Amino acid sequence: MTGTFNTVIQLIYLAAASCFVLGLHLMNNPATARRGNQVSVAGMIAAVVATGVLVIHLGVINTTGWIVIGAGILVGGGVGLQAARRVQMTAMPQLVSIFNAVGGGAAALVAIRDFMSIGAGVGASTSVPTVLDVIIGSVTFSGSIIAAGKLQGVITSAPVTIPGARILNLLLAVGAVGGGIYVIASPSMAGLGIVIAASLIFGVSMVMPIGGADMPVVISLLNAFTGTAVAMAGFVIDNTALIIAGALVGASGGILTKLMADAMNRSIGNIMLGGFGSGDVAVAVEGAAGAGVQSIAADDAAIQLAYAGKVIIVPGYGLAAAQAQHEVAALADLLESRGVDVSYAIHPVAGRMPGHMNVLLAEANVPYPLLKEMDEVNPEFARTDVALVIGANDVTNPAARRPGTAISGMPILDVDAAKSIIVIKRSMGHGYAGIDNELYTNPKTSMFFADAKKGLAELTASVKTLVG
Amino acid sequence: MLLTDFIIFVLSLWVGFEVISKVPATLHTPLMSAANSIHGIVLAGAVVIAATAHNVVGYILAFVAVAFAAMNVVGGYVVTGRMLKMFKRRTAQPAAAAGPGAAAAVEPSPNGNATNARATKSGAQS
Repeated sequence: MTGTFNTVIQLIYLAAASCFVLGLHLMNNPATARRGNQVSVAGMIAAVVATGVLVIHLGVINTTGWIVIGAGILVGGGVGLQAARRVQMTAMPQLVSIFNAVGGGAAALVAIRDFMSIGAGVGASTSVPTVLDVIIGSVTFSGSIIAAGKLQGVITSAPVTIPGARILNLLLAVGAVGGGIYVIASPSMAGLGIVIAASLIFGVSMVMPIGGADMPVVISLLNAFTGTAVAMAGFVIDNTALIIAGALVGASGGILTKLMADAMNRSIGNIMLGGFGSGDVAVAVEGAAGAGVQSIAADDAAIQLAYAGKVIIVPGYGLAAAQAQHEVAALADLLESRGVDVSYAIHPVAGRMPGHMNVLLAEANVPYPLLKEMDEVNPEFARTDVALVIGANDVTNPAARRPGTAISGMPILDVDAAKSIIVIKRSMGHGYAGIDNELYTNPKTSMFFADAKKGLAELTASVKTLVG
Repeated sequence: MLLTDFIIFVLSLWVGFEVISKVPATLHTPLMSAANSIHGIVLAGAVVIAATAHNVVGYILAFVAVAFAAMNVVGGYVVTGRMLKMFKRRTAQPAAAAGPGAAAAVEPSPNGNATNARATKSGAQS
């Protein structure tokens, strides 16, 4: 009887896991992605309900246990629901980071609680995944909270470095791993306590020195960590659903981390060592009109755009920071209504997390077929009358094609191939790589010095009055 | 048991790599959010530890674990759904004068959720 029951539960877990895989598979096309999410939800409900039935069947749960579960679901689910409904799309990275934190925290707690109930008699097949789960889960918990704080601006997004930080990190890592080995050798709650404390502090000291511009990579990495922690929790309580789902997420986070790092032309190790990407720090206007830079007024830029046949808009970090996605969509609509062919070139690291720019533009009702990935759009620049660069810097710098610069080898958008280029930018300040952008001194380039939001609104107004 | 679990873990990693590599960059944020919801499966683990808790410390840990996991899973799925709903091929602009190639703009009311779903579908077919 128990055998049959277990088989049924395992089969439900298998069905749930299949739903997760299918759900992720359906995400490879925007037209089917919503269905993918629904399939994934169905799998999740099945897995959680099956687990509820399992604990009833085992007969170990008491009334207080049910109250704890009910209260936890109400409180946590309620908070999650409110956060998900209210969050601004620009704040998505913070929310994802918070969900990483609580997911990693929950995974660590599962292992901690399991360890407490078994105590000293725990065997290596449980203590090894327990220690891994506690280390990864705790690092994810504190690291994700710091990452969210940096993205929200509660904690400075500039890299925070203290003297001897690397030695401190090394000591913490040694403390966590050493404590972990000690716990495996002779299980004790005190030993696990040391592992937890060292891991929590390590999470903080790992993320603090990393700058705002590198956050896309950090969030992806923490997402992979959370998945791995959940899979380890699955090993601890011997639950296949947790192992499969955790591994899927670990793999997806890993891939996205690699993609992001490649698009920034940096290794993951280099980013995690930190102290480089200060991101959205506006550098003071230095030599306001550097040699050979021509600036342009709103009216002239508007006329160029209005009489162009083909315009490609290149949105960057600055557009997201100024929250100007609605303004850019308004300008694009106006140009389209005049018969101009408008599309958007999206560099992989535009925005604050992978694909963030696409979500911001989708929110502003920009149809997704107009959003073009780098490889697809690059050949089109040669046929483009005007490339409108808004708040993007390093990803347009032709210096990347030459060896010997800070960004050499970084994949860039071939904006300089366009017949003319208009750059909306607040100042001649540098991007996070800290080097001059050769695009700005190109004779085909005109600089329109303005905040992205105000500048776009001015352009739209000018197009309307001048050629409306 | 451990070996079987480990085999499942490694094979799932490979499945994950294969499935995720095909997702276009356009959908990377919703993808990450969806993956985020999936690690909310830790809720099942939290339920198991709540079931075996029989003292105050155990109940407190279980409560926090369940609450964290529930926040993860509910919030994750809702926000993913919200994002995906925004991805549209082409909605009718209020001024409907949209340029050439906008012939697929047939659905009125860009605000109703149900209408948006249909707009996406009909766009996909055209």
